[in-house]
Amino acid sequence: MVERSPILNMVCHAILIAGALTVCVPLYFAFVAGSLTVTEVQKVPLPWLPGNQFFDNLQLAWSKGNFSRTFANSIVVALGITAGKIVVSLLSAFAITYFRFRYRMLAFWLIFVSLMLPIEVRIVPTFEAVANAALPLQSLADILHLADLWGWISGHDVAITLEWNMVNTYPGLILPLIASATATFLFRQFFLTVPDELCEAAKLDGASPLHFFWSILLPLSVPNMVALAIILFLFGWNQYLWPLLFTTDKDMATAVIALKGLIPRSDSEPAWNIAMSGALLTMLPPALVVLLLQRWFIKGLIDSSK
Amino acid sequence: MTLRLSIPWRDTRAPVLQRRHGGHQSKAGTGAAAGGSRTSGKVRRREQEAGLKRANFGDGPGLPTLLLLPQLLILLFFFFIPSLRALMQSVLLSDPFGTNVQFVWFDNFKTLLASSDYRQSITVTFWFTVAQNVLTLGSALVLAFATDRIVRGRSAYRTIILLPYAIAPAIAGILWAFLFNPAVGPLAQVLHWVGIAWDPNLNPTDALILVTLAASWKHVCYDYIFLVVGLLAVPVSLMEAAAVDGAGPIRRFVSIALPMLGPTVFFLTVMNFIYGFFETFAIIDAVTKGGPAGATNILVYKVFVDGFVNLDLGSSAAQSVLLMSFALICTLLQFRYFDRKVNYGV
Repeated sequence: MVERSPILNMVCHAILIAGALTVCVPLYFAFVAGSLTVTEVQKVPLPWLPGNQFFDNLQLAWSKGNFSRTFANSIVVALGITAGKIVVSLLSAFAITYFRFRYRMLAFWLIFVSLMLPIEVRIVPTFEAVANAALPLQSLADILHLADLWGWISGHDVAITLEWNMVNTYPGLILPLIASATATFLFRQFFLTVPDELCEAAKLDGASPLHFFWSILLPLSVPNMVALAIILFLFGWNQYLWPLLFTTDKDMATAVIALKGLIPRSDSEPAWNIAMSGALLTMLPPALVVLLLQRWFIKGLIDSSK
Repeated sequence: MTLRLSIPWRDTRAPVLQRRHGGHQSKAGTGAAAGGSRTSGKVRRREQEAGLKRANFGDGPGLPTLLLLPQLLILLFFFFIPSLRALMQSVLLSDPFGTNVQFVWFDNFKTLLASSDYRQSITVTFWFTVAQNVLTLGSALVLAFATDRIVRGRSAYRTIILLPYAIAPAIAGILWAFLFNPAVGPLAQVLHWVGIAWDPNLNPTDALILVTLAASWKHVCYDYIFLVVGLLAVPVSLMEAAAVDGAGPIRRFVSIALPMLGPTVFFLTVMNFIYGFFETFAIIDAVTKGGPAGATNILVYKVFVDGFVNLDLGSSAAQSVLLMSFALICTLLQFRYFDRKVNYGV
């Protein structure tokens, strides 16, 4: 630093310790509560030191929250969203940076517009769209009077009713969250910094566009993909609103939604010890990702917000 | 849009002096690389389009269409059609079963703006987001300042402070709901012991404070990391010059670092508003469910309740449309941020 000032340095350490404590206090009490019995957790005042029921509570929470099933669901959904977003945005970024075609700017803007509306603001219509993904085709059929047409051609009376219900399915949980303007932009920005010579050399050697994409562009994008994948995994694992609406079947719920069922309500036994064990379990996978892959995580966080 | 915060990550662990000088070099390096590939040094061809590689695979709409198809199809089904339907529903009046539908122009909006529930929701959202914003940004600034001053233990502090990013908003809400639960929560017990009659289940203000705390706790890490990275980019020569002129560390932070961080702070403010408006849904749902007496019934939660619980589709759609306009404004503000970033060069 520019000058020495031990006092200010002490103050800075104090501030950071206070900050770190603020982060840790809720986690510590979750751990304490998670290690007590149901009667102990209702004591006033609550013991400030952990008890000895930690692993029993973990087991109980695991079975009560149906976590062996819901964790698997969460992993499928989080990985599905991560992989889907990356593939879809890599492909579209490749298309809009490496090809000249008539509606290139139109496609760019269509993707860009989607940045503006988070899924939360259009909950009801999106739910309808996924509850019956065939709805637009149905209206098209109705408008064109396809049923009448077919009836006239074949001589039979028919009614066209299309239905494709995605409630309680993995595609229903994953697909609506896959389109990603931010990821597309991230890759677009990156592709723009890739030297032109690589593409020219590949073309001279007679590589097809897809060959160039697969053998040159993809390997170059790996660092960006890893950083982004971490952020997307957290995003997918921590989804709340969408799985909440979308999983009426308990076996299709994600871990976060299952955890919600463990919170004591006013009319039930206040089993906060189980709820807190469940909370610790559910936050473990994303917390591990952040702790172990911190450098990549920070890169992803900063990159994906541009 | 094309300028990026070029902060070299490798340098963050290096000793202070090297770190800042190293930052400059690699900043210049990435700038040159980016400039070369963007053909700025070369003569632009007439047909050169924005955001298109000079070395491209030419015309032919077939393959690019195929490549774009997955993204565009998903957008069509889950984005454009739903948004259009929201627009349509907002001018229609239908009963919960959808058997009787009427076109009512802007009646849904009129009823909405006249209803006291909606006005209360606006007020609540306003106070919630503003308080959350001030709290989040304020603590992040203080923490970032402290992080920038010290050398020892920096990465340990950073690791801990970043941890809440991994925690789902719903779980953050549950943790805080337990801490301040009037019956069993340890911190609520401390408050009772001090003599404060704390009960977020009954007292509207307490409930709002609780969700604000939970929301801020979860989000400080986001602002913090951007500010820490931003501070690394402040030229050390400026700081040294100011120190020679007799400016103390705090004066330097306020008069030099903070103005240079201006665009970042602006961006973070917009992001905090987006977070407060939309992503805090899970916290509200897990902690208070909008209660007591609508005290934490923020706008996005009301859209959900009216649409899925009260089945008032017209009103819910009208609310969606209003929220969409708000999100639109936020995005435009973000654009402004990108423009500013070009001017300041941070």
